[in-house]
Amino acid sequence: MATPSIKISETPLVLHVLRRADDALILGHRLSEWCGHAPMLEEDMALTNMALDLIGQARELYSYAARIEGKDNDEDKLAYLRDERQYRNLLLVEQPNGDFARTIVRQFFYSVFADLYWRAMMRSGDATLAAIAAKSEKESAYHVRHSSEWIVRLGDGTEESHARAQAAIEYLWAFTGEMFEVGDDERGLIDAGIAVDAGKLRAQWLKIVSGIAAEATLTLPSNDWMQKGGRAGRHSEHLGHLLSELQMLQRSFPGATW
Amino acid sequence: MATPNTTLWEVFIRSRNGLAHKHCGSLHASDATMALQAARDIYTRRGEGLSIWVVPSSAITASDPSEKGMMFEPAESKIYRHPTFYEVPEEVGHM
Repeated sequence: MATPSIKISETPLVLHVLRRADDALILGHRLSEWCGHAPMLEEDMALTNMALDLIGQARELYSYAARIEGKDNDEDKLAYLRDERQYRNLLLVEQPNGDFARTIVRQFFYSVFADLYWRAMMRSGDATLAAIAAKSEKESAYHVRHSSEWIVRLGDGTEESHARAQAAIEYLWAFTGEMFEVGDDERGLIDAGIAVDAGKLRAQWLKIVSGIAAEATLTLPSNDWMQKGGRAGRHSEHLGHLLSELQMLQRSFPGATW
Repeated sequence: MATPNTTLWEVFIRSRNGLAHKHCGSLHASDATMALQAARDIYTRRGEGLSIWVVPSSAITASDPSEKGMMFEPAESKIYRHPTFYEVPEEVGHM
């Protein structure tokens, strides 16, 4: 890699915003990998539309993170010039697309969480975060709608689609606990009414997800052992490969535009 | 991309209040709900719409192109049906 990684002053608020931004960027990138490959043209457009929503959210959040950090960084540097360990996204969103069922289940798990999260964040005492949340909530509400319609059709569809959707749920389940994790550095922000207490969203998330799963004749796993690490920068082996593709251009041709 | 056995739908978009829904294209979807979502994703990504209708293409009864002589040519010679033989007062404005 030709360009060195940037350094970031990780204050609690900067970290908090980067976690949100990284979730959106990495999931947006994963969805963009479907471009030209989806099972049908209509779904190709749907997946890439969601990707663009998420990348738009990431841009606003990175710009804000750069602004509150107050250093020489900007949205592009934050997106393209950090090392794997500096990314704070959920392990869930970096998991490979797998088959269509796995992509949809991943989207469903994340979107239900994100929608609850943005809805709560709309009441943040930080005006910028509240505004980003208000815009993002409309997008995530549609992502919930779209992915849950697919969950019902895959689960309650053919034997094959049911088996694939059930396998996807079992594969991804262990990555869902991390969504409700609250870092020690976030406590102060939560107490100050700036950040959302993600832990408090779990019951509602489970209720929505269980409802759709039941309608889809799918079973949620009963095990509650959960993978962790993404929020602290400890990732699965998949993120490095994703970043090599995501960052290649900016690392090789710094500041390239077209 | 092959989409076997998937119903074809016609999509109508209303772009503004007060305008009629206008046909804008078609798509494949398994059912009405998915058709509506696909229409949103394909035909309103640039802010084109405020309202969408989707209709199964099979529900449309169409005129037969081979009958267009009988169907449409008789109207061509009846220019007196166009409301162009009187002047619109200026106060009426754009009609």
